[in-house]
Amino acid sequence: MATQDSDHHAVANADGDETAAAGQAYFDKIIAADSRIEPPDWMPDGYRKTLIRQISQHAHSEVIGMQPEGNWIGRAPSLKRKAILMAKVQDEAGHGLYLYSAAETLGIPRDVLNDQLIAGKARYSSIFNYPARSWADMGAIGWLVDGAAICNQVPLCRASFGPYGRAMVRVCKEESFHQRQGFEILLELANGTPAQKQMAQDAVDGLYAPALMMFGPPDSDSAHSSQSMAWNIKRFSNDELRQRFVGMIVEQVKVLGLTLPDDDIRFNEETGKWEYGELDWDEFNEVLAGRGPCNAQRLTRRREAHENGAWVREAATAYAAEKAKREQVA
Amino acid sequence: MNTEDTQTGSGGAHWPLWEIFVRSARGLSHVHAGSLHAPDADMALRNARDLYTRRNEGVSLWVVPASAIIASDPDAKGEFFESPQGKDYRHATYYTKSEGVKHL
Repeated sequence: MATQDSDHHAVANADGDETAAAGQAYFDKIIAADSRIEPPDWMPDGYRKTLIRQISQHAHSEVIGMQPEGNWIGRAPSLKRKAILMAKVQDEAGHGLYLYSAAETLGIPRDVLNDQLIAGKARYSSIFNYPARSWADMGAIGWLVDGAAICNQVPLCRASFGPYGRAMVRVCKEESFHQRQGFEILLELANGTPAQKQMAQDAVDGLYAPALMMFGPPDSDSAHSSQSMAWNIKRFSNDELRQRFVGMIVEQVKVLGLTLPDDDIRFNEETGKWEYGELDWDEFNEVLAGRGPCNAQRLTRRREAHENGAWVREAATAYAAEKAKREQVA
Repeated sequence: MNTEDTQTGSGGAHWPLWEIFVRSARGLSHVHAGSLHAPDADMALRNARDLYTRRNEGVSLWVVPASAIIASDPDAKGEFFESPQGKDYRHATYYTKSEGVKHL
């Protein structure tokens, strides 16, 4: 719980080297045993910082991720699809909250994280800076983007930091519906008119490479990977997860009767791994640096939503204060 | 610190922190599901319903102010939980001579 954690962190710092050495030894023992670190435990500053960065980026991604799909709620092709999309967007909000809660146990308040996001100082998954242009994109986002997210998140259920792992268990349980509903959208379109099938193919063509890039830069360029793996936060490298994902979708796309826009996909018998074509990492870095197709729009919308919600937060606070006052009088 | 979370903040993060416990079915205990911020208990309950029971995960909810939870000292876990150490005879598995005896 956040209460104990902030306390403990302050004490650990004040007690000096001896406490830190004992703490480090205990921490190392827990990691070596592949057990879990809980918020009140001593942890190295780097571990805490890495987790705050990763969990908050993850939370921000869930929150920003509501936008491309929220954009299609009013234009969903049927009442059923509209209800499904609303449930999915509500899930993303919930996932953001689970993750902010997990981050808070590390001693960072949610409003600080929120301020970082709306000030443009925090990162979130680059995928959400691409536009959702057609209804078929809702399908491809569910199938490929949520599919990649699941591939990434399932091993995170075993992350060494307890609250993060527990949040991921909840998230993963809920994500599988997201991926299936997306696949179903594509399947229906792929079996529809030639124009609908083309729309589905265009969506897959557009989102394939960005989805593969969700796993992060190649292992050779990944700044944080090896330390995160030593700490049992990450269990597999970016490239390992990306290869695994390619192996899954290469089979699934056959069921859709569509193709992946990559002629270099092949299974390497020697290494036992899937290979794929070169990805455009310059584009990835551009989007990450804030120069993607929708970066500015996503942040503007987020800021507006936060500001437009101020009166609700104020009213809730005032109501609670007034009620507490009346209860005290009575 | 959450004990000081009485002032209001623009992001709602200064609302008190509540720990949420969900009873998933009749006959089972409430289990800790997570936490959330809310200005009062009523809103904590409503938010907890929306956040933790969107798929019939619960038949009952408890919301508890995080500041009301008294926890054992994380630094003293060694001493505090020392007493059961070395007392294997408190477990049925300690008694091996009766192995093979039925219904025991």
